[in-house]
Amino acid sequence: MYDFTSIYRASSVPDAIAALEREPRAVVIAGGSDVLIKIREGKLAGVPLVSIHGLDAELAGVSLLENGDLAIGPLTTFRGVTRDPLIQAHVPVLGEAADMAGGPQLRAVGTIGGNVCNGVTSADTASTLMAFGAELHLRGPAGWRVVPISDWYQGVGKVDLGPAELLCRIVLPRDHFEGWSGHYIKYAQRNAMDIATLGVSCLVKLSADKTTCEDVRLAFGVAAPTPIRSHTAEDGVRGLPVAQAAERIGTLALEDINPRTSWRASKEFRVQLVRELSGRALLEAARKGGAAV
Amino acid sequence: MEVGRSLDRVDAYDKVTGRAKYTDDLRGSGALVAKILHSTIANGVVKSMDLSEAQAIPGVVKVLTCFDVPDIQYPTPGHPWSVEEAHQDVSDRKLLNRRVRIYGDDIAVVVAEDELTAERALRAIRVEYEEYPVYTTPEQAMAPGAVPIHDEHPDNVLKHTLFNVLTPGAQVRDVDEVFADPAYRVFEDHFDTQAVQHCHIENPVSFAWMEGERIVVVSSTQIPHIVRRVIGQALGIGWGSIRVIKPYIGGGFGNKQEVLYEPLNAWITTQVGGRKVKLECTREETFQNTRSRHAIHFDVKAAVRPEDMRLMARSCRAVSNQGGYASHGHSIVANAVTGFRQTYPDELAHRSDAYTVYTNLGSTGAMRGYGIPQCNFAGECFMDDIAREMGWDPLAFRLRNLMPLGYVDPTNGITCQSTGLAECIRKGADFIGWEKLRAEYARPQAGPVCRGVGMAVFSYKTGVWPISLETASARVVLNQDGTVQLQLGATEIGQGGDTVFSQMCAQAIGIPTEDVHIVSFQDTDTAPFDTGAYASRQTYVTGKAIKKAGESFRARLLAYAAGLTHLDPGNLDIQARQVVNTRTGTPVLSLAELALEAFYSLDHCEHITAEESIQCKNNTFSFGACFAEVEVDIPVGKVKVLRIVNVHDSGKLINPKLAEAQVHGGMSMGMGYALSEEMKYDDKGRLLNGNLLDYKLPTAMDHPELHALFVETEDPSGPFGNKALGEPPAIPVAGAIRNAVLQATGVAIRRLPMNPQRLVEAFTQAGLIGKEE
Repeated sequence: MYDFTSIYRASSVPDAIAALEREPRAVVIAGGSDVLIKIREGKLAGVPLVSIHGLDAELAGVSLLENGDLAIGPLTTFRGVTRDPLIQAHVPVLGEAADMAGGPQLRAVGTIGGNVCNGVTSADTASTLMAFGAELHLRGPAGWRVVPISDWYQGVGKVDLGPAELLCRIVLPRDHFEGWSGHYIKYAQRNAMDIATLGVSCLVKLSADKTTCEDVRLAFGVAAPTPIRSHTAEDGVRGLPVAQAAERIGTLALEDINPRTSWRASKEFRVQLVRELSGRALLEAARKGGAAV
Repeated sequence: MEVGRSLDRVDAYDKVTGRAKYTDDLRGSGALVAKILHSTIANGVVKSMDLSEAQAIPGVVKVLTCFDVPDIQYPTPGHPWSVEEAHQDVSDRKLLNRRVRIYGDDIAVVVAEDELTAERALRAIRVEYEEYPVYTTPEQAMAPGAVPIHDEHPDNVLKHTLFNVLTPGAQVRDVDEVFADPAYRVFEDHFDTQAVQHCHIENPVSFAWMEGERIVVVSSTQIPHIVRRVIGQALGIGWGSIRVIKPYIGGGFGNKQEVLYEPLNAWITTQVGGRKVKLECTREETFQNTRSRHAIHFDVKAAVRPEDMRLMARSCRAVSNQGGYASHGHSIVANAVTGFRQTYPDELAHRSDAYTVYTNLGSTGAMRGYGIPQCNFAGECFMDDIAREMGWDPLAFRLRNLMPLGYVDPTNGITCQSTGLAECIRKGADFIGWEKLRAEYARPQAGPVCRGVGMAVFSYKTGVWPISLETASARVVLNQDGTVQLQLGATEIGQGGDTVFSQMCAQAIGIPTEDVHIVSFQDTDTAPFDTGAYASRQTYVTGKAIKKAGESFRARLLAYAAGLTHLDPGNLDIQARQVVNTRTGTPVLSLAELALEAFYSLDHCEHITAEESIQCKNNTFSFGACFAEVEVDIPVGKVKVLRIVNVHDSGKLINPKLAEAQVHGGMSMGMGYALSEEMKYDDKGRLLNGNLLDYKLPTAMDHPELHALFVETEDPSGPFGNKALGEPPAIPVAGAIRNAVLQATGVAIRRLPMNPQRLVEAFTQAGLIGKEE
């Protein structure tokens, strides 16, 4: 039994927005893999719900836009993301990251939109979306608005989502993924059913001869209260041979991170993971891109 | 032979298809729901409670508090009652407690029409406390001036025991004399183990209601007859006025060898007119409010004779963090220091010094291995550390010092009546490729990922005699078709008990196991008496009762057949469901014919049954070894177990396939204990990770292939040559993995679990991380 006061099943995105306007206390529920847990814990006990479950026609699926950008419906499940042919062809690292969330059951119900909207730093797709520089298309009572993911996270569990706004589309601009290869390392205590102690997503754009990192994008989950990019590391290794970049990137990344000591892990431990895993992620990303390393 | 066959479990189809009934499946209709209010302090007193708001919520039937319960303190561990008062369990809690001793202590209960109403009412209760300082460690609790957690123990020490044990014939005063002898090398070390939990799938749950003046409780328990007794004690009513029913249960591992909330629920139903009440723990409550494995600190010391690797004397001081309530109390650390001593009998002397100390952490109790996984970690790490320092092969060092056949424990008389331990070691070493891998991994390894191989061995007694009573009974009843019913007080708790009981019964009578219908559920009104599933005792102790009842039953069958056929019963046998004349080799009548005649004969009608009870005044050691090969990713502190094998001497196996499954489960538990599981508390005594996301129970993805091998000795004291197997598989795993990590990295870890952060800290301290910066 779950302690919620009402559930409104929206018939469309405008209908959901209208419902959220009528009931400002309401919480949006999609797959429910976060919301139901919070209700059970008592944090959201007695809450009214607006369900967007079932609005697949408007909100689920992956498509290639006319300009070559990749559009991901936020209601696409983790499993849906992983299995999507366009994801596999253009941004396989995102599918791999989505495949590391929870276990098979969770990935069958949890959505990529929920993973982004809950604002959690450990969200498995967040660091990769951050590395890709995703654009979040929101729709609310006043119409559409686009927020770059770099401006999205505002603090622990806080995102730039206005009253009665819904995340309706996640867009990866073509030039952010074309010619790039990527690798995500989820460092957790278990190989499944766990939250990341550290998430590292590294994208690499190799030179034509596959020896040099023309460009690098490095993003982390759990290295700070929100997912973050490490521009210092990216700037410091841009143009370097792959092996040299891998050697340096971890130490450079320490400039940009701000991990906390919690009972889950100490700051020192997370720092060591950043130092070690950044280079491993870069090497693997380069290998996937064709580098002989 | 019915014993020794790898039969399918008798409950396999029911469990797989979902037909098997567990407690919640028996709920019926109209049950009220009880939810417990837990304290938000760890040490103090409830001064007052404001219930007005909670009582006003529609659907709330009753709110009961610590001010309402009977003024009776009662014990909770699943030990047999002791007729000697000095050996009775510690009675240190009431049904609900004004004196709060752990964070989340039970202080009130709401009974409501449904769960949500009960939860809303809990949130509406206002509590005023008087708070005392919180003690999370034995050191804090034992410090001068500390507030007594229980008035009966002003220094917070539940019990302290000190035993100096001299080996018979030894010409020394005590261990100190040996330690001082310059002929020997002396080593000292310190080890810490953590609190972990059982993580049985089914959380504790019970239903209670009244029938007439009696209380009926259906519960997920390992020990129905003990639950009945403790409810009687807790409520101050006759034990016969309580009826406990035990259906199938979703695991226990010792946590349900504890009387948890059955007494509270039995009392609640008496407060609501005998209506049926459901009381079920959430997973979070299971973590916070049931029991866990004791965290124990060990200080160990040893003197060895360099010439021949002989252990001359050892001492073991163990301090056990009991948490807020006594539960099994001192029994566990006492078992730990004894187990530490027994595996390697010292040449001259031994000292065991054990403390059980109350603190304000969650209460600790029985868990698979009962103190031995703790002492085994300390003992087996210590063996490897000594061997490393002395330049000895840890395998050879162990072989030199193993408990020999015929060993008699000088304090309790438990005797080694069979041992295949050396053979277990040989078999495990062959499997893992010990000599080759030890040599290969001893060479310097390039890069940050290193490999190692390690081992650990153990001994484990079978049942609890002579520390406590061992008794069991069994009833065999003939059916009209020549099959039988087997009724026991011993319990199936997922381990396969019902299957091996059926096999043993069939063996004793001489019929196929398929003809034995076991009554799986215990109802204390009808089930024969048995103390239940714990101490790896049932195949050994209950097995003796089954054998005796089966043999009596067989004798009665043959006597009846003799009467019918006018043959000498001494010349009759049962073969292939027939009574056979052994002189001619010919069948004289089928068991089905015999049964029909016995039931309905107009001349000589007799209902053939046999019920026997036994007292087991015997015990024996089972043994085993674990070998593990690991790969350690040093910079990120990750241990990957590449290969692992447990080899067990549990005597004759009743069902080899079930035995293998038992070993797999124990090895998994041992791996979690070694690498990831730990209950974490803050300094307010609050459990931080009491859920299955934050408590790192390994998943299927975290296991390598688990290998189980056996050395089948024939134990003369076992009913079928068998001895303990239930708990042992969990024992040696942590030590073996730790010793493999030691070989891989050269770093001796002394604290469990060996989780990544702890390893990174240890590797950093050892200079393996951060050298290049």
